[in-house]
Amino acid sequence: MSNVSLDAHDSSETENQPVSSNRRRFLTVATSVVGGLGVVGAAVPFIASWNPSIKARAAGADVEADISKIQPGQLIRVIWRSKPVWIARRTPELLASLSNFDDQLKDPNSDEEQQPTFAKNAYRSLKEEYLVLVGICTHLGCSPQHLKDGAFEEYVEGVPEGFFCPCHGSKFDMAGRVFENVPAGLNLVVPPYMFIDDNTILIGSEEGAA
Amino acid sequence: MDWVEYRLPIMRVANQHAIQYPAPRNMNFWYMFGFLATIVLVNQIVTGVWLTMSYTPTAEEAFASVEYIMRDVEYGYILRYMHSTGASAFFIVIYMHMFRGMIYGSYQKPRELLWLFGMFIYLALMAEAFMGYVLPWGQMSYWGAQVIVSLFSAIPVIGPDLVIWIQGDYVISGATLNRFFALHVIALPLVIVILVFLHIVALHEVGSNNPDGTDVKRKKGSLKEDEKTKYKIHEYYTKKYDIIGDVVPFFPHIVLKDLVGFCFFLLAFCYIMFFNPEMGGYFLEHPNFEIANPLKTPTHIFPVWYFTPFYAILKAVPHKLGGVIAMFAAIIMLALLPWIDRGKVKSWRYRCGLHTWNLLTFAAVFIFLGYLGGTPQEAWKITASQIATIMYFGFFVLLFIYSKNERTMPVPARITE
Repeated sequence: MSNVSLDAHDSSETENQPVSSNRRRFLTVATSVVGGLGVVGAAVPFIASWNPSIKARAAGADVEADISKIQPGQLIRVIWRSKPVWIARRTPELLASLSNFDDQLKDPNSDEEQQPTFAKNAYRSLKEEYLVLVGICTHLGCSPQHLKDGAFEEYVEGVPEGFFCPCHGSKFDMAGRVFENVPAGLNLVVPPYMFIDDNTILIGSEEGAA
Repeated sequence: MDWVEYRLPIMRVANQHAIQYPAPRNMNFWYMFGFLATIVLVNQIVTGVWLTMSYTPTAEEAFASVEYIMRDVEYGYILRYMHSTGASAFFIVIYMHMFRGMIYGSYQKPRELLWLFGMFIYLALMAEAFMGYVLPWGQMSYWGAQVIVSLFSAIPVIGPDLVIWIQGDYVISGATLNRFFALHVIALPLVIVILVFLHIVALHEVGSNNPDGTDVKRKKGSLKEDEKTKYKIHEYYTKKYDIIGDVVPFFPHIVLKDLVGFCFFLLAFCYIMFFNPEMGGYFLEHPNFEIANPLKTPTHIFPVWYFTPFYAILKAVPHKLGGVIAMFAAIIMLALLPWIDRGKVKSWRYRCGLHTWNLLTFAAVFIFLGYLGGTPQEAWKITASQIATIMYFGFFVLLFIYSKNERTMPVPARITE
């Protein structure tokens, strides 16, 4: 008996005992699954804490704007995420004239992604009449001025209305499209927005994407 | 001494990994960059800890606290320049270290995992450097972060939400700065230190490669007594292998050689740190001396120089998601080198002429891409960066093709020089 090693002794003993490898496998898998679920559960606070805090969500909340009192040709400003947002009501004559000077624009067809997909059209808007833009020049962040009733002619001949940036002279038309030969390279940004009803715009969310 | 050694194997580890570690005696200039990288890592950690003592990680205070370090904290400007110069030095050293691995085939069997750990360190280092660059909250910090974080918006479906999750806000804001600070000073340094440890453990297990690619570890019992090394090599290695006479103990032989290199490195480092810490706007970009302003975009936005080759690849692809994929693919290709290169001969000394040409072209293309990605956009540069991007990936394609049936020279059985 002295030449029997401890290992051999052990294995001979297990051989005599009923071994169920199925049972062992089940226990291993079950323990792993339960343990894995625990890890997933414990990861939730760590991952969720990276989401915007309640404070950040409040500061970045969507903004409603009443558009019932805007007259044709008028522009109002609202503040969304501490940026000025313009809402302009365009006259039919103005809308008709928007395609007259495509050759003077850098990006007449809005190929650069400066707008939600719904606004990638000739008017860069959801409803033709209403133009919604972030009122910040894409050059160095100044806020351009709205020049109308021919005041814009001074800067672009034959275009009576548009936006002119007093800082470095960038020019945009009444769809926020940038003209050639100015420092700004991109069209003005169209924020995500939707119409809650005929009189109210919600800035910050798109239909369906909310 | 014995009392401690019995309980904590200090001497055994020192012997096994330094004093009696067998290092090939022909390790040349190229082999000092691992050593230098370790020193730079220590520099970054020490100066980083000291900077943390005076830095405030909030959008309101960060920029002013960096000015405070620069002007009011005793020797604060030296600590900060040691850290900022160290960041660029880290990448110079790491790029040299990686190119060394490429020319001498140090990624080949059996060092695949060693190379992979190196690539993980490189990735962690890029994340670390990027987040560190955001902390001063200057214009380039802010807009650089804007560009890099918005890369994630290119991912289909989850992209936009992922960006908001990363930012912790709808724009890059104080919340973003704060979490980048946490990752920069705690999470990523820990990850990097652990990866470096594993990198060294893996290196010492498979042994150091050398410019000849000659294996210094031979099968047990295959060498005559006079062919074996005369130096005292740790039994951990001699028990498993016969070690040829072409090795020297890592300490002091290799360490002293590396220290000579370190002196030259220190000379260059100190020159930059004291006289040219901005390095003409490449190490510290000029727009970053202006506080972050979300309403004012700088005319040109570039990442710091060590990212510009990949930035050029990103911009070369005229499709947002495609560009992001190409950029990450450029890094993944490097990580896959051990499997792309099907050759058996390691060092470029004994491989075909095409291989040498391919490696040198790759290095030139990488530098050229860096130039393209770090200078203002011009029409010709778009075409140039597209050609350079194709050449970058072409390196791997060519290597994969010719390494299968490559005409190589015989690798010397003993180290030659």
